[in-house]
Amino acid sequence: MSWFTRKMKGIVTPTKEKKETPDGLWYKTPNGEIIDTKVLEANSFVTPTEGYHERIGSAEYFEIIFDDNKYKELDKDLKSGDPLEFEDTKKYVDRVEATMKKTGLNDAVSCAYGKTSGQPLVVACMDFAFIGGSMGSVVGEKISRAIQYAIKKKCPFMMISKSGGARMMEAGFSLMQMAKTSARLTQLAEAKLPYISFVTDPTTGGITASFAMLGDINIAEPRALIAFAGPRVVRDTVGKDLPEGFQTSEFLLEHGFLDFIVDRRELKEKLEQVMRLFAN
Amino acid sequence: MVTTYLEFEKPIEEIVEQITKTKEIADQGGVDMTQAIEDLQAKLDAAQKEIYENLTPWDRVQVSRHPDRPYTLDYINAITKGDFIEMHGDRNVKDDKAMVGGMGSIDGQTVMFIGQQKGRNTKERTYRNFGMANPEGYRKALRLMKLAEKFNKPIVCLIDTPGAFPGLEAEERGQGEAIARNLFEMVTLKVPVICVVIGEGASGGALGIGVGDKVMMLENTWYSVISPESCSSILWRNWDNKEKAASALKLTAKDMLKNKLIDGIIKEPTGGAHYDPEAMFKKLKTELKRNITKLSEMAPQERVDARIEKFGAMGVYSN
Repeated sequence: MSWFTRKMKGIVTPTKEKKETPDGLWYKTPNGEIIDTKVLEANSFVTPTEGYHERIGSAEYFEIIFDDNKYKELDKDLKSGDPLEFEDTKKYVDRVEATMKKTGLNDAVSCAYGKTSGQPLVVACMDFAFIGGSMGSVVGEKISRAIQYAIKKKCPFMMISKSGGARMMEAGFSLMQMAKTSARLTQLAEAKLPYISFVTDPTTGGITASFAMLGDINIAEPRALIAFAGPRVVRDTVGKDLPEGFQTSEFLLEHGFLDFIVDRRELKEKLEQVMRLFAN
Repeated sequence: MVTTYLEFEKPIEEIVEQITKTKEIADQGGVDMTQAIEDLQAKLDAAQKEIYENLTPWDRVQVSRHPDRPYTLDYINAITKGDFIEMHGDRNVKDDKAMVGGMGSIDGQTVMFIGQQKGRNTKERTYRNFGMANPEGYRKALRLMKLAEKFNKPIVCLIDTPGAFPGLEAEERGQGEAIARNLFEMVTLKVPVICVVIGEGASGGALGIGVGDKVMMLENTWYSVISPESCSSILWRNWDNKEKAASALKLTAKDMLKNKLIDGIIKEPTGGAHYDPEAMFKKLKTELKRNITKLSEMAPQERVDARIEKFGAMGVYSN
């Protein structure tokens, strides 16, 4: 029963109200392993035997990172505008409205300030469930404000990326969020505060081409898709099948774009070490 | 010399043909056709004005890709009157032919020019990779920017790309990281940085040399997060809605200025930059000189702060 006991202390999850995983539900891993959802949750949503990292949202990451799940959420009420009055098969405003209802989130990033292993930290974490984690004005602004908050509090800033890229429905605005967030990061650098970029599955497009690759230290979850152009686009360009493991965390580590890969179950310990080594 | 006419330029083509024919008749028969030619010329001017004042966003996308349109090196050579040294390589992997750069003189003032370069025929296009840079292109651009900063020379970036190259090796060598690094580094460059979209401004591939004190667009160019074709194929699952996508993306110079995402528009000659390249070169040179002079009056830190605040203010949201 070793898989039943928790490996790590400090990530006890008493959050009945958090995750919609009622008792008695089973989870099937990509390789067909069947486990209790409660076990999965207690294991930081990593399958015990395969180490498969299930995609999770900001609330779950905050719970893993912050001591006793205590944190202050920043700029929670920031909501999307509709500067371009964009309409495809659906009106953008309706799409946002429906997504807010479905996810209970206001946009694709949540920011929080709290303590991890006793040290203060600002975390901005993307939610893939919100229009593919895409970056529009709200995401850019919330990340910018979170960086400024870290400067004010003189603490490190951690970005958890999980996004398909720019939000097409905000066109030029979404493109400029790449420049905007990068501009704010120069101020963090100027203040000599560490920027920890944590890249998770999937991270592509404008996210990879801006803050995700700009960490003082770039780390990733195992087997995450990390790309500028997505695999389908690359395959269409080169006209042949892509090599095994192309654009995974392991591939990026091998090619020199990550410092290391960390199992989510060891994230908090590793984070403590990184922050301590920067600080002392 | 215009060699290609776009679909909506057909009336212009017809009048141009008439003028050519009339001139031939005049030459052969010794008949005085001066009046007829003058009338036709007036008709041509009127038709051009009429057409170019009513371009749809999709029309403008087509003008921005017009095969006769001046490209980066055309502008650089004209503006520097040939007093330009092209510099090659990222000192790391190779020399990217889709990204060019080097030092040139604008009436005695040395400027670092950087820009994506497209090709004019099939061979050239392949050589230039259709103006789609690889990571080494962005790294070459950054190397030249840092060089300009070291020797206190203003930087001019000419943007004309359908996007950063989405190839296998580009991914291996970190296309994302290369663009991200440029955004980050360009924000704090101590010298004046002027960016001008002279053709296509597609997404991160354009922005990778697009962070500056003054970002401008020529009148008939586009700048957005995605091309209208790709946008159409993602949102409507086909390419048939590209006109609709071009309008929805608000990618024209006018819309981008209205949304405060660029700082200015440079007017093109009637009929587009390709119709009168000399006039376009002159106009761009005047604008560059004016902006370099103006930006040079500011202290380096002042420029950097203003740059951060400008990009920091971009976006629309509600509290």
